[in-house]
Amino acid sequence: MVDWEAFQPAALTVMLGGYALGGVVPAILGILWRNRTKPGGSLTGAVKNIGFGLALAAALAGCLLSLSILISGTPLHMEFLPTAHVGMMGFHADTLSALFIGAISLLGAAAACFSLGYAAEFLLRRSMVLLVVLYNFFVLSMIGVLIADHALLFLFFWECMSLTTYFLITFEHEEHAARRAGFLYIVMTHIGTAFLLVMFLLLYSTAGSFAFEAFRMEGARLPASTQSVVFLCATIGFGIKAGIIPFHIWLPEAHPAAPSNVSAMMSGVMIKTGIYGMVRVFFDFLGPVIPGWWGVLILTIAVTSSVLGVLYALMEHDLKRLLAFHSIENIGIILMGVGAALLFASWGNRPLAVIALIAGLYHVLNHAIFKGLLFLGAGSVLHAAHTRNIEDLGGLIKRMPWTAFFFLIGAIAISGLPPLNGFISEWLTFQALLLGFHIPDLTVKIVIPLTVALLALTGALAAACFVKAFGITFLGLPRSGHADRAGESSFTMLAAMGFLALLCIFLGIAPGPIVSVLNPLASSLLEEASTGQIVMHAGTVLIPRSASASISPAALTGLLVVIAAIPLAGISIFVLKSRSRIAPTWACGLERIDPRMQYTATGFSKPLRIIFSDIFRATHEVGISEEPSPYFRPTITYELKTESVFLKYLYEPVFRSIVSAARIIRRIQTGRIQTYLAYIFVTLILLLLFAR
Amino acid sequence: MATIILLSFLFQIILVIALAPLVTGIIRKTKARFQHRRGATVLQPYYDLVKLMRKDVVVSSVASWLFHCTPFVVFSSMVVISLLVPTVVTPVPLHWVGDIIAVIYLFALGRFFMALVGLDTASAFGGLGSSREMSIASIVEPAMMLAIFTAAVTAGSTDLSVIVDRLSTTPASMLNPSHLLAFAGLFVVSLAETGRIPVDNPATHLELTMIHEAMILEYSGPYLALIEWASQVKLVIFLALMANMFFPLGMATTWSPSALAVGAGAFLLKVIGLALIVALVESTNAKLRLFRVPELLVVAFILSLLSLILYFIVGA
Repeated sequence: MVDWEAFQPAALTVMLGGYALGGVVPAILGILWRNRTKPGGSLTGAVKNIGFGLALAAALAGCLLSLSILISGTPLHMEFLPTAHVGMMGFHADTLSALFIGAISLLGAAAACFSLGYAAEFLLRRSMVLLVVLYNFFVLSMIGVLIADHALLFLFFWECMSLTTYFLITFEHEEHAARRAGFLYIVMTHIGTAFLLVMFLLLYSTAGSFAFEAFRMEGARLPASTQSVVFLCATIGFGIKAGIIPFHIWLPEAHPAAPSNVSAMMSGVMIKTGIYGMVRVFFDFLGPVIPGWWGVLILTIAVTSSVLGVLYALMEHDLKRLLAFHSIENIGIILMGVGAALLFASWGNRPLAVIALIAGLYHVLNHAIFKGLLFLGAGSVLHAAHTRNIEDLGGLIKRMPWTAFFFLIGAIAISGLPPLNGFISEWLTFQALLLGFHIPDLTVKIVIPLTVALLALTGALAAACFVKAFGITFLGLPRSGHADRAGESSFTMLAAMGFLALLCIFLGIAPGPIVSVLNPLASSLLEEASTGQIVMHAGTVLIPRSASASISPAALTGLLVVIAAIPLAGISIFVLKSRSRIAPTWACGLERIDPRMQYTATGFSKPLRIIFSDIFRATHEVGISEEPSPYFRPTITYELKTESVFLKYLYEPVFRSIVSAARIIRRIQTGRIQTYLAYIFVTLILLLLFAR
Repeated sequence: MATIILLSFLFQIILVIALAPLVTGIIRKTKARFQHRRGATVLQPYYDLVKLMRKDVVVSSVASWLFHCTPFVVFSSMVVISLLVPTVVTPVPLHWVGDIIAVIYLFALGRFFMALVGLDTASAFGGLGSSREMSIASIVEPAMMLAIFTAAVTAGSTDLSVIVDRLSTTPASMLNPSHLLAFAGLFVVSLAETGRIPVDNPATHLELTMIHEAMILEYSGPYLALIEWASQVKLVIFLALMANMFFPLGMATTWSPSALAVGAGAFLLKVIGLALIVALVESTNAKLRLFRVPELLVVAFILSLLSLILYFIVGA
């Protein structure tokens, strides 16, 4: 028997120590040898290797820690700061935390490995010290958020996470877009923090302590109205971080602006801290006895986020922005599981709620892996072709075969297609929703079929979007010189992507280990005694209900491969023997095919743009420059714009009213010191009188 | 006993795969008769496949390895689906491998690869086909899922064999209004999924209208044969889904030869009957303009939704 009590703190120390050292050592190097660590300096390579090497080691320790907690089921508990009034400060990593730590560590290991190669492009033009320090502290603060067992500690790490990411977003600060994205992000995330603060204060007012332990004890005993306010604050506060619609506006700006290794971490795991917070508050603090409208609200948000997220992604031609919009979509899919769990729990059907929550949490892990993979792939393309605009790419499958292959794996996984991991979590979500239809309530009977239909729509649109993203980027002929000259990325970058691609396959073919770990986790969160909601039997996921449904991804994959092999063998032996020849693609009688004859990304998504025109409100302008001769028109410009409904009808009115309110308040700002002294005096008197 | 099951199971699969070109032949022949043509023999699709298998493969110089592996992925996913769908016998021995959701997503897998290949050869036609195919598939999917949902909710499971069994034991529910509406929804969806008129015209190579054919325009020889065959299998699977998920009459429930013979006969009758209806629809309707297709699919969606509401009000 392994001694978990000794192993877990050791693993935690190595992990935290690794990230901390990875941040501190480069900082010290930077201070000691300021000149040699400047861009292009002789020590920059060492800084990069030390920083990301330590991050890699820490991530591996994190994987072990997460595994040990998940397998043993023993939470890691550490207390270090007993404070009299606000409760015990400390770390507490239960299985829920461990799942998210696992996601961070798996992706973190890949991202650190990728960075060893990818960050080399910044060596000559950026402060490597800054990148490494920020990166390590960013991951460290994410871990801190997950293991904090105290509201103040939680908020401390939450803010550290927001600030480090702000500086990472504005890493390329000469670019206006990056500065703007950073500003939008910092404003949005602080609005979120304000809501979290209110939530914690409300919980504190009853629990009399900021310790999570006290929230756990007292949360369920809050008056119903307070509970609902806490719920709403958590939904908004964590929802902004998770990027749910309508609070998503920062996400498609911020994620692409950061370096790709950071984008992968932000999109893959940082937004999941919002999901972690929601699950923690909804189920651990407040649940499992909850009102019915919570689930309906979360499902509504989930459906809106997933459908609109993928529709906006379809209109994007910036590879990283496209992926960022897909993060919104996937947060929606995760929230479908969480929302369904809330809905079923409110009807007292906890076994069903367990299935729904497992589906949501499985998708958390899956999305971390395939979205990380796709962002690293996008980083690899950006590194090689120096553009994120897919309209300038094409033909990369021959120039970057491995990147293309790994990106294809990610694309299949994110589209939820068998036999990869995205399919399993979507299948579980469908199953949970389907079984929930039998709850005898009108609202449920309306909400569930619509959710099912819209989840199907989301999946199909995601597939369409990734046919576009992969097809235009990697297939066909290169559309620009950059794309034509692109070459394969370095070994560390490919290894990182290969690792994540393998995980996509593994989590898809062998869902057993994950489900058997998630089952007790979800059951304990919902205080459901039995853990037999999903049975794993010889690689088959089985949902044993009155009439069971099952799926065996391993057998499915085996059949697909074996059956594909039969005609493959037949054709290659009997038919293809010297009977295939290479010829140019038919160009409608023209001499040869030209890259400009290919379909563009804009053209590809046009049918959907027309079908969903009410949502996109696209406008286009065609500009033709008049030349002396009317028969030759050398330049034609075509500009297409889609309108963000949320920006126009939600944010701009709010923004305008804030500005006009500020104009009114400005009148009391006279700029004379006497007036301010008078304000202070009056306030003091009022406080003495009324706030004793 | 195990050998008998294995043999009969193989018989069932081979029946679907071998029958597929015949069903296409029957539809073509019927359409020809409607147009007062004699039409080619119903065996013509077999001759076509054999002919294509003997031809050379011409591969575009732009094409990547995806071009070579897609025909196999598409064919393989269709055959795997035919292992999961009850055709002659229920329960299917491999029913635990995948349910109806797996079937829908396997269709999507084949489509995903086919659409990618459309973009692989740098031909404008391929992109055109891929774009249209994926757009139409996106709006087909919710309607299909809802129609399936009704059947699954009635049976309390997504397992196809369970759905079929449940319905066989309560034959009266086959005439339930909710059941019939879901069937109508699935019928429209099937027309779209298998690329028939009024959504797509399988007989055309006109760039204004073609969808499926545009994606596979660069394929030739054995590769084309595999893809064509896979499409024919797909059509039979959709007919089988419609027949057996909604009217599982005459299906064999044991592996005795006599039951199998009855089951196979019933299956043939149902599939050919449905194929004739498809031919009738194709002959009496004009192909819709691309942007009118969503309206048709919204009809399918609403039919499915209505069936679900009826199920809720009236009960199974």
